[in-house]
Amino acid sequence: MNLDFSQIVPYIPFMLEGVWVTLQFVIIAIIFGFILGSLIALVKISRFTLLKWLADFYTSIFRGTPLILQLLLIYYAVPQLTGYDISPFLSAILTFGLNSSAYVSEIIRAGIQAVDKGQREAAEALGIPYRPMMIKIILPQAMKNILPALMNEFITLTKESALVSVISYLDLMRRAQVVSSDIYRSFEPLLFVGLLYYAMVMVLTLIGKYVERRMRASD
Amino acid sequence: MINVEKLHKSFGETEVLHDINTSIERGEVVTIIGPSGSGKSTFLRCLNLLEQPTSGQVLVNDEDITNPNINILNIRQQIGMVFQHFHLFPHMNVLENLTYAPMTVKGESKVEAKQKAEQLLAKVGLSEKLEAFPNSLSGGQKQRVAIARALAMEPDLMLFDEPTSALDPEMVKEVLDVIKDLAHSGMTMAVVTHEMGFAKEVADRIIFMDEGKIVEESEPKSFFEKPDSERAQSFLDKVL
Ligand SMILES: Nc1ncnc2c1ncn2[C@@H]1O[C@H](COP(=O)(O)OP(=O)(O)O)[C@@H](O)[C@H]1O
Ligand SMILES: [Mg+2]
Repeated sequence: MNLDFSQIVPYIPFMLEGVWVTLQFVIIAIIFGFILGSLIALVKISRFTLLKWLADFYTSIFRGTPLILQLLLIYYAVPQLTGYDISPFLSAILTFGLNSSAYVSEIIRAGIQAVDKGQREAAEALGIPYRPMMIKIILPQAMKNILPALMNEFITLTKESALVSVISYLDLMRRAQVVSSDIYRSFEPLLFVGLLYYAMVMVLTLIGKYVERRMRASD
Repeated sequence: MINVEKLHKSFGETEVLHDINTSIERGEVVTIIGPSGSGKSTFLRCLNLLEQPTSGQVLVNDEDITNPNINILNIRQQIGMVFQHFHLFPHMNVLENLTYAPMTVKGESKVEAKQKAEQLLAKVGLSEKLEAFPNSLSGGQKQRVAIARALAMEPDLMLFDEPTSALDPEMVKEVLDVIKDLAHSGMTMAVVTHEMGFAKEVADRIIFMDEGKIVEESEPKSFFEKPDSERAQSFLDKVL
């Protein structure tokens, strides 16, 4: 058994800082993805055929290609095509935000369509206009389907965020690799950041459970 | 109050309503009966544009609602609808179910809407359920709330689509009683039902539909004693 955790001790603050660096872009990407995804979902349930087609196409592109490819494309293609030297941070936010918006839009669309269509008919029969019907009658019921799936999406995004290490963004994952090459040991730093990822996901899971319980209580 | 002329309705290639012509006078109670799949629901839903007629005219208070420039929401405010499966808003309590549309659509004040809701609940015998949520109510209670919710919009016409078909037998009467009261109060209504006793007792006129057509329109008495058409006769033989 050749394990020596004492060697990573000096690097612990460096790695812990990675938690914050990762969270920074993950949180921004989640918010960006959520806002954009909600807008795309609105398009998907609308009556504008061309826009709907575009929204579906957009979704299928982001769901149909590897995330790492999307990340590298944005990181390398943007400077090459526009001359703008995009930072790893911005590339990460853009890639994860755009990618997440595709999934979020599907989650919201499916959640809305899962609401009993009698609800919509009852609202229409009462003469309630589209917007208040959506906001006050359909969405509150769709939330029950949407929230758990959204929480899953956020957890996935948090874990997949480790991919940004390939564009040299000094996130949690990348820091484990830096430490490895410093101390010529991989297992200990990887195990350490693994625990940190696990802790982040557990916190998200607990938040999700709490929200779900609150929703059920209000039923 | 309602005038239907040459109404056709198709879903895709299949025509499910063929050349419907009829009218409903103010204060009249019409029941629509006929076998399952004969187009009763579709006909009712064409009257408040939950389904868009494929061709023909539907006049509501002399306004042609098939005209694309019509304000659909305006028309729907004048027509209440009660569904087989109630469709109460599950995240709102009974009071909110009754006040949301009047406040949102007609701009009634909260006080005004609440007062009316209380009166209506008293009328359907559910005053004590003001704060209850739909999932705590029995089927019969849900349907009575649904009737009150439609009445809260003060419609000119009420449409009922098999209002008792989803109920346990012991709850049918409490709902039919509410509908009867409403009929006696002079409300104009069209009721799709399989309750022949109710139809006989309450209706001013029976519309018998089969295979997307109105086969027969008669007074209840003569209809139930001896219908004009053979198809109505064989339908009655089956259900009575
Ligand atoms: N939304 C729809 N799409 C396609 N077909 C429909 C739809 N709604 C009703 N139908 C068809 O129209 C016919 C009449 O249905 P309906 O009006 O519900 O009959 P009823 O209420 O008398 O049982 C049926 O054959 C039914 O399958
Ligand atoms: Mg029906």
